[in-house]
Amino acid sequence: MPAPTNAQLVEFYKDMLLARRFEERCGQLYVQQKFSGFCHLYIGQEAVSTGSLNAIRKGQDYVISGYRDHVQPITLGMTPREVMAEMLGKATGCASGRGGSMHMFSSKLRYLGGHGIVGGQVPLAAGVGWKIKSMKEDLVILCFMGDAAINQGQFHEALNMAAIWDLPCIFIIENNLYGMGTAISRTCSLNVLADRAKGYNMRQAVVDGRNVLNTYAQMYEIVEETRKTSKPILVEMQTYRFRGHSMSDPQTYRSKEEVERERQQDCLQTLRDHMVAQKVATDDDFDKWEEEISEIVEDSVTFAEESPEPELNTIFDHVLAP
Amino acid sequence: MAIISLREALRQAMTEEMERDPTVFLMGEEVGEYNGAYKVSKGMLQQFGPMRVVDSPISEAGFCGLGVGAAMVGMRPIIEMMTWNFAIQAFDQIINHAAKMLYMSGGQFPIPMVIRGPHGAAHMLSAQHSQCVDHMLVNVPGMIVISTVIPADAKGLMKSAIRNNNPVCFLESEMMYGKEGEVPEGEYLIPIGVGDIKRKGEHVTLVAWNKMVYLALEVAEELAQEGIEVEVLDPRTLQPLDENMIFESVRKTHRLVVLEEGWGISTIGNYIVDRTVTECFDDLDAPPARVHNHFVPMPYNETLEHEVLPNKERTIATIKKVLYR
Repeated sequence: MPAPTNAQLVEFYKDMLLARRFEERCGQLYVQQKFSGFCHLYIGQEAVSTGSLNAIRKGQDYVISGYRDHVQPITLGMTPREVMAEMLGKATGCASGRGGSMHMFSSKLRYLGGHGIVGGQVPLAAGVGWKIKSMKEDLVILCFMGDAAINQGQFHEALNMAAIWDLPCIFIIENNLYGMGTAISRTCSLNVLADRAKGYNMRQAVVDGRNVLNTYAQMYEIVEETRKTSKPILVEMQTYRFRGHSMSDPQTYRSKEEVERERQQDCLQTLRDHMVAQKVATDDDFDKWEEEISEIVEDSVTFAEESPEPELNTIFDHVLAP
Repeated sequence: MAIISLREALRQAMTEEMERDPTVFLMGEEVGEYNGAYKVSKGMLQQFGPMRVVDSPISEAGFCGLGVGAAMVGMRPIIEMMTWNFAIQAFDQIINHAAKMLYMSGGQFPIPMVIRGPHGAAHMLSAQHSQCVDHMLVNVPGMIVISTVIPADAKGLMKSAIRNNNPVCFLESEMMYGKEGEVPEGEYLIPIGVGDIKRKGEHVTLVAWNKMVYLALEVAEELAQEGIEVEVLDPRTLQPLDENMIFESVRKTHRLVVLEEGWGISTIGNYIVDRTVTECFDDLDAPPARVHNHFVPMPYNETLEHEVLPNKERTIATIKKVLYR
C-alpha cells in the first residue's frame, strides 16, 4: 500500500472535521426541535468512515450500513446539503424526505442505505456480494454494523452464506462497546468480537478504528485482498462514540471518566498531532480549515431550512415501481 | 394447447424467464440437487448451473435478505420458500426491507424480486405447517401478492411477476402441484391485478382464490343441479385486488360469499365484504357472508382438519343462507 500523501492527510482531516462539525450541528438542531424522530450521532467514530471509505473505489464498490449513517455518505461524496435536507425531511434530501436520519441513500454513489433494523442489512450485503460474483465484477461491498448486530440471527445466516459461497463481502463491526445502553461484554460471550468469524471459517481482522491512518492502511489491504480472492472477512473496528446512543440517552450505563479517557484518543486530535509533527500543516492551516468547514456546515443548514417540504400530492410516489 | 401440471407450468415460466434474462436466478432450500422439495424446479440445475439455481442453507431470513440485496443492485432473484410457513422466518426481510426499500430511498432502489412457495394447509401437517399469511402480506404497502394454483394462470402470472420491478409474493399450494390444466406454450403473460371469472352465474357471487377455487367450482357444479347458478370469481392477484370485477358481479347477482382459507379475522375476505358493502350497498339483497377456517391452530387428525378447513358442506350452507333457501 502506498503511504498516504500529504494531500491525502489533509483530505482525511478535513473529512473527519466535516463529519464532527456536521454531527454537532445536527445535535444542536435536534435540541432546537428543527427536526425530530431518532438521531444517532457518529461523533467519536469518524476515523472509521474516513479510513475505510477512502480505501475503496468510491462510486464503484458498494457500501451499506445501519442507522448511524449521516457521515458515511458524506465521506463517499454526498453533499452535506443533501444529508441535512434529509434530516429535516425536505424534498431536496437524499431520500426526498422519505427516509430521514436513519435512511440515507444514494444509487449514484452506490451507497445502499442506512437501515433501521439491527443486523437486517447484513444479508443484503451478501446479496450484493452475490451479484458481484455472478456478474464477475472486480468489486467489493463494505457492510457496516454496530457491535450489537452480531447477536442477531440474520448476521449469522449472512456470514455463513458469504463464507460458503466466497462472496466479496467485508463485514465491519463498528465496536463502540455499547449496543444502545448495554455493554457488549454483557451480551456477547466473546472478548474479541471478530472471533465470530471462526465459526464460519472466515478471515478476520481487528482494526484500531480510533486512528484514521491505521484504519486506512489496514482497510486498504483488506479491500484489495478481498477484491483479489473474493473471500469475505469480518473486521472488528475498535472505536467509541463520545455522545449517547441517540439524542434521548441519559448515559447512565457508563462513567464520565470512561468517556473522558476515550476523548484523549480523539481521532481528530491524533491526526492533527501527527500532521504537525510531520510538518504537513500549521495551526494556521487548521484554523483555516475550521472556518471552511464551518461555512460548509452552515450552508447545508441554510439549504435544508430553505428547501421546500415534499408536495402532498407526491405521498403515493414510489410505493410501487413502474 | 398442452395439458401440464401446476409444477410444470411454474417451471416453464421460470425457465423461459431465465433463458430470456441472465439476471434472473432461483435460490432456495433443495431447489437444485434435490430437484425441488415439490419438484417445481426439476431439471433446472442441469440447465442453468449452480450459480443460477442455488441450493441455500436453511436460513430463510438470510437468503431472502440476500435476494433483497441482489435486487437492489440489478439482479432479479426468485426466492423459493419451501412453504410460506417457513417464510415467517423471513418476514423481517419481506416486510421491513423488500417492501420498504423503494419508498424510503425516495424511489432510488426498486426490488424486482419474486418470493414464492406453497401456502395454506396441505394434508395432516398440523399447526406449524398449515397456515395462511396472505392477509398479512396484503396489508403491507410496497408489495404485490399473487395467489393462484390454476396452471395457465400460474404460468402467465409468474412470468409477469419475474418481469415486475417490485417484490412479488407468489402463493402456490402443495396439494395442487400435480393438478393439470391447459397451458399456452411460450410467451404467455397475464397482467397483474386482473381477476378472472372462472364460472358464470347469476344467483350468487362466490369469490375464492388459490386452492379454494377448485372447491368453489365443485360447489357451483353441485348447486347447479338444484338450479342455483353460482358465479365463481378468482381475483388471482390479492394486492392490488381487482375490486371492479367483484363489484360488477355483485351488481348482477346481488349476493356475495367469500370462500377463503385461513382464520377469519382481519382477512382479505373481510376486506372484500367491507369494500362491497361500501360500494354496492344498494345492490345487495342479503348480508354478505364468508366461509373460512375455524379459529384454532390446525389439528393433525384428518377428521378434525377437514372440519377446520372450509369444506363443501359449510360453503353450500352459507350460499343457501344468503339466498334465503
